[in-house]
Amino acid sequence: MFPKGTKRKFSDSGDEPAAGGEDVNQPSSVAVRMLSSYSLQRQSLLDMSLIKLQLCHMLVEPNLCRSVLIANTVRQIQEEMTQDGTWQIMTQALSAANAAAQCSADRLVATEVLCRQTEATQGEQVLKPFPAVGSEGCPAEEEVVVEEEGEGGVTMSTVSPQAPTSYLPGTFGMDPCWEEENGEDEEEDEDSEECGSGSEEGDSDRLVEDSRTAEQVFGTFEIKNPAPSPDPALEELFSDVDASYYDLDTVLTGMQSAPKMGPYDLLESLSSHGPSPLSSSTSCRSDLNELDHIMEIIVGS
Amino acid sequence: PPILSRLNPSRWSCGPPAAEGNVQDEESDTRKINNSFLRDHNYATEADIISTVEFNPSGELLATGDKGGRVVVFQREQETKSEPQRRGEYNVYSTFQSHDPEFDYLKSLEIEEKINKIRWLPQQNAAYFLLSTNDKTVKLWKISERDRRPEGYNLKDEDGRIRDPSTITSLRVPVLQNTDLMVEATARRVFSNAHTYHINSISVNSDLQTYISTDDLRVNLWNLEITDQSFNIVDIKPCNMEDLTEVITAAEFHPQQCNTLAYSSSRGSVRLCDMRKQALCDTHCKFFEEPEDPSTRSFFSEIISSISDIKFSHSGRFLMTRDYLTVKVWDLNMETRPVQTYQVHDYLRGKLCSLYENDCIFDKFECVWNGSDSVIMTGSYNNFFRMFDRNTKKDVTLEASRENSKPRAILKPRKVCVGGKRRKDEVTVDSLDFSKKILHSAWHPQENIIAVAASNNLYIFQDKVT
Repeated sequence: MFPKGTKRKFSDSGDEPAAGGEDVNQPSSVAVRMLSSYSLQRQSLLDMSLIKLQLCHMLVEPNLCRSVLIANTVRQIQEEMTQDGTWQIMTQALSAANAAAQCSADRLVATEVLCRQTEATQGEQVLKPFPAVGSEGCPAEEEVVVEEEGEGGVTMSTVSPQAPTSYLPGTFGMDPCWEEENGEDEEEDEDSEECGSGSEEGDSDRLVEDSRTAEQVFGTFEIKNPAPSPDPALEELFSDVDASYYDLDTVLTGMQSAPKMGPYDLLESLSSHGPSPLSSSTSCRSDLNELDHIMEIIVGS
Repeated sequence: PPILSRLNPSRWSCGPPAAEGNVQDEESDTRKINNSFLRDHNYATEADIISTVEFNPSGELLATGDKGGRVVVFQREQETKSEPQRRGEYNVYSTFQSHDPEFDYLKSLEIEEKINKIRWLPQQNAAYFLLSTNDKTVKLWKISERDRRPEGYNLKDEDGRIRDPSTITSLRVPVLQNTDLMVEATARRVFSNAHTYHINSISVNSDLQTYISTDDLRVNLWNLEITDQSFNIVDIKPCNMEDLTEVITAAEFHPQQCNTLAYSSSRGSVRLCDMRKQALCDTHCKFFEEPEDPSTRSFFSEIISSISDIKFSHSGRFLMTRDYLTVKVWDLNMETRPVQTYQVHDYLRGKLCSLYENDCIFDKFECVWNGSDSVIMTGSYNNFFRMFDRNTKKDVTLEASRENSKPRAILKPRKVCVGGKRRKDEVTVDSLDFSKKILHSAWHPQENIIAVAASNNLYIFQDKVT
């Protein structure tokens, strides 16, 4: 139904009928040509790292140490690129590209492709939808593709970084009120079955993160959008991208979230919280709806 | 039910003896070599890949764990006058399935049965005890010998079938009859459900009553007798998982001080904790970290600084850490920098990008002390392993492979050619086989006997100087 991610050429984005498209793209093409081989190497390292994070080990929980180390590397690269100004160039060019409707569709399509692959993948490697992965051709072309990945790299990573596959099916589209409520419940020892001491107060808060990771696994954009939508999956998948996606930390959020909170953990923690305000139970109910929703997606019904 | 195994040699092969001990003399080998042969089968399945090797405190037993969840225990033959050359051979003593694959239905994930670590308890009676762990569950196994069994029951016959009471015409007293020696392994304790993340270490306390199990973010303290409760003593999980930038990679108890433990991190630091200070040892007493050398900084600096193994010296004075390219020895009294740093395979420094690409940069090598803390050993690629003499500062590279060594031959030191003209017998960096890695090895607690695991092969080398 959806075409596979096709390799975009730099000239394509330049040809788009966006008003400011041409102008914005020109400086970036100049910037691209001025990039040294160090930057290209750095970029390819960034690509490689993002791909590594994306690979889904659907059967076995991925290695947290490895994920953290790769994520730290990505963060380092991003920091350096931010200092260089390269990051800004990339995001600028990309946002200009995003101004054109066609680009948005491309990106969304790519995401959908990722979703589809993630659902379908059982043990097979997730293919890399972004042409950057197998890119050849002129450096300019590669750079744009990579640029897309830089911000869309945020997108890509939010879809299925390596780690979050272990977190499926987490909760989905949590209300922000959930986080506040859980602030009260920090004293609760949710770990009683595993440890004699130490409370898991962080975990309740991390349900928000889990919702992100679950979504990342399923390739939605809902990560920063707190309101769970009762609409069909399609609408959720194609909802607006929050500007904060440009922030690499959003990317990293996915891989590093707590792996252990599955839907049943959520239910357990709910029950362990005792009498809770009405609003939280409302959000729980909607969460459970989301849960069913996710299960449907997994099952592919 | 107990698992019985006969004392049969199994699939292990053993290479020729190692030349070690006197690492001063690389050129002239005055060492005498003794062989250790085990009969050889040729399976090479992935499940046979050895994932941990450990001598027991007396050195009499050697345990290996593999990816298939099995534990194989070897026992050293007693010295006999009739066959003196066979002294010290290790033969299979017991084989049992320690862990089975599990499926976590809540997360839809498999829990691997691979044995991550084995640690022995000191022997306190006729039986032997060891702890073995996979990613999630620690088990205490009792290995005991049985050479007698009762025979002559009244109500059941020799096969165990119940006899028809009407056929019993007389009574007899069962007697213990000698049988062939049977070695049984029984799971005495199962310590489960205490780890959300993957267990990477276990360490028995010197008090012999407690032990710690460590995963990526937490260290839990257990009493060996109590399986339904453990105490969390280190927790580095951040409140916000977005902030996670560091994980625990290994932890070990101090060999003498039962209140002291050390844990290493993926950022290249070691923290020493005193359990007497407070129940949750999140604040350390000592923090060991070497400042980074700015001249060698790269995007891979952090990854290669990640510590893959820590070991206290037998004396308890020093701590050894292994990161990707080096082994460092730390004096517990000096936190600012190690007292010694040994380069394991510095020629890989220029290949970090490729090693990152093929994931080899994440390989976790272990390191070991010899009994007197004078020599340290660690593995490398191409089935090479390295030994460093701390006193003479000499080092040697040896290879664990059957092709390159003949029985009863002295193991020849190997050399990696780092550029320029390659001499005969040298190996170039590009020809190194990165799929052949020596991650796990062990050194006999008193003697110069080493066990080196090369994927699914176990090599036991010994050096008998007479």
